[in-house]
Amino acid sequence: MTLNISRRTALKTAAAAGALSVTGMPAMAAPKHGGTYRIGMSGGNTSDTWDSRTHSDSFMINMGAGCVFETLTEVSSAGELVGELAESWEASPDAKIWTFNLRKGVTFHNGKPFGADDVIESMNMHVEEGAKSAAKPIVSAVSEMKKLSDHQVQFVLKSGSADFPYLVSDYHICMFPAGQIAEAIAGGIGTGPYKVVSFEPGVRALVTKFEDHWDADNRGYFAEVEQIYIADASARVNALMTSQVDAINRVDFKSVKLLNAYINIDIIEVTGNMHNTFPMLVGNAPFDDVNVRRALKYAVNRQEMVDKILLGHGAVGNDHPIGPANQYYAADLEQTEYDPDKAKFYLKEAGLSSLNVDLSVSDGAFAGAVDAGQLYQNSGNGAGININIVQEPADGYWSNVWLKKPWCACYWSGRATEDWMFSTAYESGVPWNDTGWQNERFQKLLLEGRAQLDTGLRSEIYREMQSICRDEGATVVPMYQNYVDAKSNRVEHSGKTGNLWMLDNLRSCKRWWTA
Amino acid sequence: MNNVITIIGKRLGLGLLTMFMVSVIIFLAVNMLPGDFAQALLGQSATPEAVAAIRKDLGLDKPIHIRYFDWLLGAVQWDFGTSFAKANFSSYAGTTADANFGTVADQLAPRFANTLFLAGVTAAIAVPLSLLIGVLAALYRYSIFDRIANVSTLTSISSPEFFVAYILILLLAVLSPVFPSLSNIHDGMDFGQKLEKTMLPALTLTLVVTAHMMRMTRAAIINLLASPYIEMARLKGLSPFRIIVVHALPNALAPIINVIALNLAYLITGVVVVEVVFVYPGVGQLFVDSVKIRDIPVVQACCLVFAAAYISLNLIADVMSILSNPRLRLPK
Repeated sequence: MTLNISRRTALKTAAAAGALSVTGMPAMAAPKHGGTYRIGMSGGNTSDTWDSRTHSDSFMINMGAGCVFETLTEVSSAGELVGELAESWEASPDAKIWTFNLRKGVTFHNGKPFGADDVIESMNMHVEEGAKSAAKPIVSAVSEMKKLSDHQVQFVLKSGSADFPYLVSDYHICMFPAGQIAEAIAGGIGTGPYKVVSFEPGVRALVTKFEDHWDADNRGYFAEVEQIYIADASARVNALMTSQVDAINRVDFKSVKLLNAYINIDIIEVTGNMHNTFPMLVGNAPFDDVNVRRALKYAVNRQEMVDKILLGHGAVGNDHPIGPANQYYAADLEQTEYDPDKAKFYLKEAGLSSLNVDLSVSDGAFAGAVDAGQLYQNSGNGAGININIVQEPADGYWSNVWLKKPWCACYWSGRATEDWMFSTAYESGVPWNDTGWQNERFQKLLLEGRAQLDTGLRSEIYREMQSICRDEGATVVPMYQNYVDAKSNRVEHSGKTGNLWMLDNLRSCKRWWTA
Repeated sequence: MNNVITIIGKRLGLGLLTMFMVSVIIFLAVNMLPGDFAQALLGQSATPEAVAAIRKDLGLDKPIHIRYFDWLLGAVQWDFGTSFAKANFSSYAGTTADANFGTVADQLAPRFANTLFLAGVTAAIAVPLSLLIGVLAALYRYSIFDRIANVSTLTSISSPEFFVAYILILLLAVLSPVFPSLSNIHDGMDFGQKLEKTMLPALTLTLVVTAHMMRMTRAAIINLLASPYIEMARLKGLSPFRIIVVHALPNALAPIINVIALNLAYLITGVVVVEVVFVYPGVGQLFVDSVKIRDIPVVQACCLVFAAAYISLNLIADVMSILSNPRLRLPK
């Protein structure tokens, strides 16, 4: 059959397309309400609870901040910071005092209205005596919290932080009902668009639409969401292919081709901030010499690693931790390439003719780390660098190898803001600075950028910091690892998914709908 | 009869002794696992002080023999303690609303019920099936049927479980969607739904355990067919089927019961791979997940339950083979 398009139809179609492009609406139907959304998710644990301070993997992040709870701000699919429970916010010129205006008419699942007291108590959860919250550093930067009115809170920070509204989008900082936090943790009571029906830790969670949600028309389109913990990557792919679930996370790179062959399955692949690293402890020779570090950076074949370890599902790194999902990612910074001659040159600068180093690796650091080490060994040979691969046990890797062995494999999931990333792992003296590297200029810029509200100036500052990391730093960042997820065409999204985290920043339950 | 009771009593005593030995081994082995819960929980953020604080909270700083007897004393009263994960949680929440909240027994009971359900469904299919094939194979020994039965059951037992599982998924869930490929049963389902969801893992396990039982049935019967009393029966002109079912089978029961018990024990303790492939929420997955986070009380309780299942099933098998053997049942 040939397709017959009359002139008239062609014109009509063109006109319709024109109208669409004028309104800027994507060419698809408006979101539909209803239906069940079933997700096959990795990252569940029998120790999971509704305490968002302990959330660390996809299962609970998606159920917590992604369904049942809400945070003050959130990062949209397009990568912009927008309000969730905060309507708007403003800073004093030194970025030290932040005032948040909260949404009105918000209620918790148990009927309690949401207000300033809930914010203050929910923030205090992270710094109370004995709390083991991962968001502790964020909240302890606040010296004072003031309730200005029922729907206005003021945060006074110890020092200026332009990123503060970004930081409170963290999935750990969910809003709990004041005075009922213990019950809320036990039963999962938040303000989110879904309320808990049943929850078996490490097995399954079922939530249903919360009819009294403040924005029930535009958030949380599904009637219910069922999330099943599927630990095994092939079992997840299998469940999606046999229509037992509508979406899965962490698709095994080897299965991508297979899934691509199914017309009713879409692969969702984004390059975010997740990156693999090889940090060198600068307190140990020979890593104390910047020329040795440069030689090692030129001795790694990054593209080969992306092709062979990630099977192409990633991008080459440039020895700094800022990724494409960051606001001030310097995409145009000159890329360090594999160059044995330059590596030899820097070795000579260091006064060496050849170099013998140990590299500690384990697949506990990241999947494929051992193979990546072997590729590094191979490419290093061409530059007169002998890398001895020491295979470490995956058990206890983070306590026995990372931060202890002079050179090892590591990964970072990245952070939403530059300052957050740098001050977690690159600032002088912080506990997770996994190289012990210190740089005066870098440190100065870090403090300057933190309190700077002008985006143009910040962009310059962070660009320079990325280049300092690349040239002087002690971390080899060979590659960014893509988030690869998949969904069936029974569910639909706006056409753009976030790249901060997997599955639309783990907000797909709030944003997607039944096709 | 007294004799039987003495024998059973002896077996029971030996079973308890074995349990005790096993508990010592479990406790020592689990405590020799590298890493610990505090480190697994804190991950990258483990500082020596935080680790020490959690260890103290959980009583991990006490000497090992004291911890062992505390644990054993609790375990005999069906109190396996509180899982570390939950203990840690209640220290977060600052309150335990419910006194029974989050004990290991609570965590284990629903999973164990699921495991028993899967084992039960599998046994209900596999035991009659393998007995039937075994008897038929003995009846028509060295025929085409016998060869096919042998080759096909041996093929399925020789293939890795996950491979059998994926073949079944391909055939019965993808090519002709008869059964669901995901077996995530939960409390909200009625018996029929649970049965449907459990079908594929049960069939997989059936394929895995049938060969063992079927071949033992066949061998035990054929072994007896050379006996004089079978010769006599044949001379009387009885039909081959009657000879096997009425005369040979009752005398072959002891080894068959033993192999069935062994396979049932396997169905309870050894199905981790099948549970993972089909996402079945049984004890196996709980066990693996708990080892991952070093939740020692749960790991120990799982081991103990597995050991108890093995020992008690073997005990039952022993007793039943005694009862099935008139020479032991009715001593001179």
